[in-house]
Amino acid sequence: MIKRIDHPRWRDRNKIQTEPVVELRGVSFAYDDRTVLTDIQLEIYPHDFYGIIGPNGSGKSTLLKLMLGLVTPDAGEVLLWGKPLTENTNRARVGYVPQKATAFNASFPATVAEVVATGRIGRRGLFARPNPQDREIVADCLERVGMADFAHRHIGQLSGGQQQRVFIAQALAGEPELLLLDEPTVGVDSEQQSLFYDLMTHLNHDLGLTIVMVSHDIGVVTERVNKLACVNGRLFYHGEVSLFKDRQTEILSRLYGQVVEVVYHHH
Amino acid sequence: MQQGFMQRALLAGIMVAVLCPTIGLFLVLRRLSMIGDTLAHVSLAGVAGGILAGVYPPVMALSFSVLAVLAIEKLRRTYQHYAELSIAIILSGAVGLAGILLSQKNSASSDLMSYLFGSIVAVNEQDLLILAAVMVIVTVTVAILYQPLFYITWQEEKARLSGLPVSTLNLVLLILAALVIASSLRIVGILLVSSLITLPVAASLQWARSFAHAFWLAQGYALTAVILGLALSYGFDWAPGGTIVLMAVTLLILTLLVKWLIRSWRRHGLSTSA
Repeated sequence: MIKRIDHPRWRDRNKIQTEPVVELRGVSFAYDDRTVLTDIQLEIYPHDFYGIIGPNGSGKSTLLKLMLGLVTPDAGEVLLWGKPLTENTNRARVGYVPQKATAFNASFPATVAEVVATGRIGRRGLFARPNPQDREIVADCLERVGMADFAHRHIGQLSGGQQQRVFIAQALAGEPELLLLDEPTVGVDSEQQSLFYDLMTHLNHDLGLTIVMVSHDIGVVTERVNKLACVNGRLFYHGEVSLFKDRQTEILSRLYGQVVEVVYHHH
Repeated sequence: MQQGFMQRALLAGIMVAVLCPTIGLFLVLRRLSMIGDTLAHVSLAGVAGGILAGVYPPVMALSFSVLAVLAIEKLRRTYQHYAELSIAIILSGAVGLAGILLSQKNSASSDLMSYLFGSIVAVNEQDLLILAAVMVIVTVTVAILYQPLFYITWQEEKARLSGLPVSTLNLVLLILAALVIASSLRIVGILLVSSLITLPVAASLQWARSFAHAFWLAQGYALTAVILGLALSYGFDWAPGGTIVLMAVTLLILTLLVKWLIRSWRRHGLSTSA
């Protein structure tokens, strides 16, 4: 028992020398007067496959928006690679697959290759024209997500799961060091979901990509990620998945117990 | 002499046919189709002002349009969730201003008619030079910014997140639209220029699988409409602007008809085989 608790601590001690990729220091955030997040403190290290779970309206998507700089905290600090967000001018280091990425105008004239190629612009710069290397990277990314045969297909005609893989390829085309995904498995069938997690594991293991993924699907997420944050307005747990599993029932009842109280309070 | 003006008309028509759908594709896909019409009406106020003040009208039209574009962008931020309201406000203002300027007796010249509906006879060397300059500016800008412009058209929010200066790119696009409209006025006319911006794009979207296809196909449609329109207007002595636009409408209707036939043939084919 003691050994199992010691193990992650030992790893954490090793990681003190490595700088966290993402660090939230006492972050609080409110939409107008509705408090969404209070005093969030967490670190995400290189090569983490980090899951953020919580019930609907728990502020888990807001956490991702804070990391992206889409919203600014009312208190506390968000650091990427040890620097405040405003000083991280190289946006290409972060890849992002938004929620409902597959909800777009299906008749828009665009092929898979055209969409993935836009992922290169952030790396290449505004005025540079696409070169052979860009095309090679686009082809590589399509290959990696298993969509190479679909390069010249109309994006609107693909299935939800295929479109999602295209958007992952688009994010990968920017050669990010950190990949942020918001509810990536919503509206994707279970077979495609399993393929999606295989792909994430591959990117995490083989490319060493740091992945942060927001999801409400606790069962599947805890099977696949190595670190976990449980959010519902504040942090109920963050750390190794193995430790979470030991206390799963307790943490989850506190995490979801809170919701019931809030709902009741409003009546 | 007659051949000279036909050559000028054809040259001007070809340039307009390339310019209008090039900008039109981005505008239509960004749900800004109405901006063509708005800038055309702003140009009307500009032309009337130009005739009154004795300034070359297209130049005045362009200055008015650029001011209008800046105002639209400013208003778009004020009414973030009702973006089309900014266009409506400027359209109203432009029509009001044009009404007053046109009621001044000096501006009600026959020259105005050629700006309203376009005129081959009115196309002179100066118009051609301006068109050529606009052509260079637009093709170079679109060639350089093709992918960023595609990105903000396809996913504006993601483009912003990846660090693209979306507002600046928006402004660039609208200024290019103002340039295209002001320089095309003499050929298709104020009342018709927005149709050459939207109709070829509408037709191309019926076929296009990729953005690049839509881009080239829209230009093909516009070129066909302009060349057929000019030939017919020459042969039957019709107003060239109106004939060109009617050709664009005809091509669009034919496209929809062919599309419909293909679809019903496929459905029919399926139902007999089933």
